[in-house]
Amino acid sequence: MSKITLKELSHSYLSTQSKKDDWALRDVDIDWKDGGAYALLGPSGCGKTTLLNIVSGLIKPTKGKILFNNEDVTNKNPVERNIAQIFQFPVIYDTMTVYDNLAFPLKNRGMSNNEINSKVLEIAEMLELKSTLSNKASGLTADGKQKISLGRGLVRTDVNVIMFDEPLTVIDPHLKWILRSKLKELHQKINRTMIYVTHDQTEALTFAEQVVVMHEGQIVQIGTPVDLFEKPKHTFVGHFIGSPGMNILPCKISKGEVYIDDNKITTHQKIKDKNFSKTEIGIRPEFITFSKEGIPVKIVKVSNTGRHKIIETKCSKGKIKILSKSSNEIPTDSAFVSFNKEFTYTYGDDWIIE
Amino acid sequence: MSLELRDIKKKVGQETHIYSTNLKLEKNTINILLGSTLAGKTSLMKIMAGLDKPTNGEIFFNNQNVTGIKVQKRNVSMVYQQFINYQNFTVFENIASPLKILRIANEEIKKRVGKIAELLKLSAMLDKKPSELSGGQQQRTALARALIKDSDLILLDEPLANLDFKLREELREELPKLFEDRECIVVYATTEPTDALLIGGYTATLLEGKIVQYGNTLEVYNKPNNLNSAKVFSDPPMNIAEVSKFGNSFSVNNDNFKWKINSSKLKDGNYTVGIRPHNITTYKEGNNSLEIKGKILISELSGSESLIHFTNGKYNWVSLSNGIHQKKIGNLETFYINVDEFLYFDQNNRLVNYV
Repeated sequence: MSKITLKELSHSYLSTQSKKDDWALRDVDIDWKDGGAYALLGPSGCGKTTLLNIVSGLIKPTKGKILFNNEDVTNKNPVERNIAQIFQFPVIYDTMTVYDNLAFPLKNRGMSNNEINSKVLEIAEMLELKSTLSNKASGLTADGKQKISLGRGLVRTDVNVIMFDEPLTVIDPHLKWILRSKLKELHQKINRTMIYVTHDQTEALTFAEQVVVMHEGQIVQIGTPVDLFEKPKHTFVGHFIGSPGMNILPCKISKGEVYIDDNKITTHQKIKDKNFSKTEIGIRPEFITFSKEGIPVKIVKVSNTGRHKIIETKCSKGKIKILSKSSNEIPTDSAFVSFNKEFTYTYGDDWIIE
Repeated sequence: MSLELRDIKKKVGQETHIYSTNLKLEKNTINILLGSTLAGKTSLMKIMAGLDKPTNGEIFFNNQNVTGIKVQKRNVSMVYQQFINYQNFTVFENIASPLKILRIANEEIKKRVGKIAELLKLSAMLDKKPSELSGGQQQRTALARALIKDSDLILLDEPLANLDFKLREELREELPKLFEDRECIVVYATTEPTDALLIGGYTATLLEGKIVQYGNTLEVYNKPNNLNSAKVFSDPPMNIAEVSKFGNSFSVNNDNFKWKINSSKLKDGNYTVGIRPHNITTYKEGNNSLEIKGKILISELSGSESLIHFTNGKYNWVSLSNGIHQKKIGNLETFYINVDEFLYFDQNNRLVNYV
């Protein structure tokens, strides 16, 4: 198993680059510890697949280096990098039994039959595949097949890293949680470096100890699920994580104080005066309450989801969404709202001001 | 304006796809067909549209029998889960196509396409081909085409299913606004209870080819008339346990999990209790909460909420709490159950009032 370091990586699919948009990936620096569980999260087009292909060796980056245990592997091919990869759709041999499917990667490496047998049984036990080992893989359901794909990735102990590329796409929604818990449990048991690529926040946050959020070819935050929820470092993280996402409103910063119109907003940050082309305030719907004074808003729409109300309001600077308990009374026309200062942040040119 | 299904049935070979269905949809309403795949949503929509003939029964539009009248002869629009657009046409031509067929003047077409494109944020894409658009923009184009003519009936068959989560959130919010000042009946099929709750209107819960319940969306959610309707209208899945009542106390059968209720109209005996995940939390909620210990199976984190699966006795439970709560698999943790929010069902799975 390995520690993985990505150093000053940038990649472009073009032969020459003149502007920001020409880069699929920009200035990526990551340290992935040996045995950690990580996720790469972002919408389609954010660069996460490019990054995955760089780690696996399918793409050579335009700039920068990849190190496995401090050894430079930038010029090594995928086979030399010794990686296990699990894809969106099950990759298995339909005509083989479940046992032979799991044994295949080990046979290819010339392992003795005894060794193979004990490894296969160990993995089959973890994935609850033991009772189906002698069945043909072709008769299995989609999630049964994907379990075998997972097993094939996990059966080898000599790999540097196991990479998962949207592995639960084909799984029935009602069964997803079972495979999610299996994957987490497996990570706790076998302690290998695992990287999970997805556009689905639940997948990423459930699996990973640390999540790398990507946006337009850049890393916008690396943090724990709590960090991403409680303290987004970039407006994109606030918007993308959580449902509904963070409210982002234009604000004015003057002499270290933050204002929306003439209303002073208290945050617990120390605001430095700097020249930004735009300054904004970010507050999640969970941390806003109706109050006697504060920012004047008009109530636009109240949706009741059964467990809470989502209240859409409008202030002079734009839309503010508020989350409130289902049982709470909501003002009907005009009201004032106030922000919980613990979770109110200011952003300069989309990045948190600290 | 109204759409009425009278004793509609649909059989394909020996298989029944739709059991006898009676349903009346009124003017200017959005109606959600909620159910899992194969519940019969698409079959019902095809019959409503006239794309498919029922094996039995009649369809009335404005009290006029339209059974057997083809879709071309009826003023209907439909949007599917897959983004269906004419690949060789520009976005403008795609949206304009239903009006071209109606031989509407070019000036008028331009005006109407411009208006709908603005509403669906497609103004900047009008000259592009569908293949140059993102999934969300392609589906907006299909929506715009469905909305451009003044259809009496607009059928949307899981229109957001193929979109990623943030786009879904955004479009789900915009959709009801699109119908606000139109004279039409909207039918919207989805597998997701959240879609129904956020869109509002009326909801029909569907299970295995039958409509289980139809009514105001929030009422169907809060007062499911039976266990099946409650199950269909719960995401994450509802916790269900067999319980017995004696005096004013309830206990889960074969388990040490017990609670009391103050007043009761219920006879002693056996019941099924349904507990929605958000009524089991890692913090206290409500005045009547019960503490239980659970062994953690997994914490699923959605970004702003935590869905924690745990075991207690012989049952698996699902809890849903606000905020991010990471619990270690295998640990024993405390949960609080809001007893006042339980749903009780009798031996025939009908909802019973307990206060």
